[in-house]
Amino acid sequence: MLTFTLKRLLSAIPTLFLVVAATFFLIRIAPGGPFDSERNLPPDIRANIERSYHLDEPLLQQFGRYLKGVVRGDFGPSYYYRDRDVSELIAESFPVSFTLGMTALLLALLGGVTAGVFAALRRNSFSDHAVMSLAMSGISIPNFVLAPLLVLLFAVHLQWLPAGGWRGLGSVVLPAFTLALPQAAYIARLTRASLLDILGSDFLRTARAKGLSRSQAVWRHAMKPTLMPVISYLGPATAALLTGSVVIEQIFQIPGLGRYFVTGALNRDYTLVMGVVIFYGALIIVMNLLVDLLYAWLDPRSRRRQ
Amino acid sequence: MNKHGANDTVGGRSLWQNAGERLRRNKAAMFSLWLLLFFVVLVVAGPWLAQHDYTQTNLSLGSTAPSLAGGHWFGTDALGRDVLARTLAGGRISLLVGLVATLVSLLIGVFWGAVAGYCGGRVDALMMRFVDTLYAMPFMFFVILLMVVFGRNILLIFVAIGAINWLDMARIVRGQTIGLRHREFIQAATLMGAGTLTIIVRHVIPNLLGVVVVYVTLTIPQVMLVESFLSYLGLGVQEPFTSWGALVNQGALEMETAPWLLVFPALFLAGTLFCFNFIGDGLRDALDAKSDEDGW
Repeated sequence: MLTFTLKRLLSAIPTLFLVVAATFFLIRIAPGGPFDSERNLPPDIRANIERSYHLDEPLLQQFGRYLKGVVRGDFGPSYYYRDRDVSELIAESFPVSFTLGMTALLLALLGGVTAGVFAALRRNSFSDHAVMSLAMSGISIPNFVLAPLLVLLFAVHLQWLPAGGWRGLGSVVLPAFTLALPQAAYIARLTRASLLDILGSDFLRTARAKGLSRSQAVWRHAMKPTLMPVISYLGPATAALLTGSVVIEQIFQIPGLGRYFVTGALNRDYTLVMGVVIFYGALIIVMNLLVDLLYAWLDPRSRRRQ
Repeated sequence: MNKHGANDTVGGRSLWQNAGERLRRNKAAMFSLWLLLFFVVLVVAGPWLAQHDYTQTNLSLGSTAPSLAGGHWFGTDALGRDVLARTLAGGRISLLVGLVATLVSLLIGVFWGAVAGYCGGRVDALMMRFVDTLYAMPFMFFVILLMVVFGRNILLIFVAIGAINWLDMARIVRGQTIGLRHREFIQAATLMGAGTLTIIVRHVIPNLLGVVVVYVTLTIPQVMLVESFLSYLGLGVQEPFTSWGALVNQGALEMETAPWLLVFPALFLAGTLFCFNFIGDGLRDALDAKSDEDGW
C-alpha cells in the first residue's frame, strides 16, 4: 500500500507540471498583452509597467519565475485588481466555493445512492421508472436553466428562500441543490446499474442460500461492491462540481472563486485566470489521487493490477 | 450493414435486427426519436417557417408577450426580435456545434483507441498514459482559457469541445479493440498480408460500430451542454449569431418581466438533450443482448 501511495503521489507531479506549463504558454501566445486596453500609454510608462510585472524578460525565464512562485503558492499579482495578489483572491473566495461544493457533493451522494438502490431493488416497477426518468431529467436539464426557474418559484413567487447572495443557511439551499442535481442523477444511474450487476452475482446467491434475507444480503454483502464505481466517479464529480459552481456562483451572486474566474476571464486578467486554472487543476488531481488511494484501500485487487 | 445481415439467407437474425426490434419496444426511446426528428426538422426548416428574420429588430414591438394573433407565437425580446425565429436560429448553431464537435471527438477518439488497443504493449501503455494525464486536467477551464486567449470564434468552439470529449471515446474503443485483436478474421487478414493500418481501418473500426453509435448519441448532448454553458457565460457564440445557451442567458436576465424569453429556448434545449440521452440509453440497451429484460 505504501509503495502504491508513493507511486501515485509521484505520478501526480508531471501532470501538475503539465497543467502549469500548458496554462502559462497558452496565455503567453495570446495576441495582445494584458495592458492593451489602457488608453494610449506613453511607451516608457508602458515599458515600466511591463518591467514591474517582469514581462520584458525572456519567456523561459518568466516561466521559471512563475513556476518557482507556484511551488511556493504564489501566483503573482492580479492584472485587474491592482495591488491584490492572486493567491490572496483565491484564499479569500475559495472557502465559499468549498462550502458550496462540499454541501452539493454530500447531497449528490446521499440522494444519488439512495435513489439508485431504491430503483435497483424495485427493478422495472413503476417507481423504478419514475426515479430513473427523474434522474434523466437531472442530467438533461442544464443547471443554468434550472437555477433561474427555481429562483422564480422559491424566491420570487413563494419567497421561501433568498434569490442570491451568501448570508445564512437559507442562501445555501438553492445553489447547493441545483449544483448537486446532475451529479445525484449520474450517481443514481451508476448505483442502479452497479447494484443490478451485483444482484445477479454468485456470491449474493450464496448469501441468500445460507439463509440471509434479501435486505440483509444486500446490506451486508452487496453495498460495498456496489459503491466501488461510485467512488471512482468522485474524481470526475469533483471536476464537474467545480465547473458547475462557476455558473451557479454567477447566477446566485455568490462571492466564490468561480465568479472571480469568470470576471477574470472577461476582463482578461491573465494572472488571475492562470492562478485559478492551476488551482482547480491541482484540486482535481489531488481528488483523483485520494479516490485512487481510497479505491486501492477498499479493493486490494486494484493495487496488484497497477 | 451487409456484413451483419449476411446470414439472413439462412433465416437467422442479425445482431442489428434484434437490436432494432428491442429499440422499437422501448417506448421512451422511440418517443424521443420522433420528438427529436420533429425538433430537427423544425430547426433546419426554421428560416422558411418563421415569418420573421431572427436579427430583425422592431423597437415599437419590444417585449411583447406570445400571441397567435400578433404573429409572434413565442413573443418578442426587448429589441422586438421574434423569439420563435431566434429559438430556431439558436437551435441551428447548437445542433451544428453538437454534431461537428462530436465528429471531431469521434475521429480522434476512435483512431487513438483503435491504434492503442490493436498495437498493445508499449505503444498502448504510452498512448493510454497520455489519455490518463489529459483526463486529470481541468478541461472546461482550458476551454474558457482558449476563449479568453483567442477571442470567441465558432470554429474554435467546435475544435475545443471536440478535443475534450475524445478521451472517453478512446478508452471505450481501446477496450473493445483488445477484445477483437485475437479474433480469427483479424488473424486471417494478417495472414493475407494486410498492414496494421489497413487492418485497423478496414477490419477493426467497422466492428466497433455498435459501441461507437451508442457513444456518439450520448456525446452529442454533452457537447451541446458545454456549448450552451460557454454561451451562457458570454464566452461562446457572439451576436449576431445566437445559440440556445445564449438565449437562455438573455432570457434569465428578464425572466420576471418576460418569462417567455427564458421558457421557450430552455424547453427546446432541455427537450433536445433529453431526447438524445434517452435514445443513447435505448440504443445501448438494445445492442446489449443481455439486457433483454431491462427496459432502461
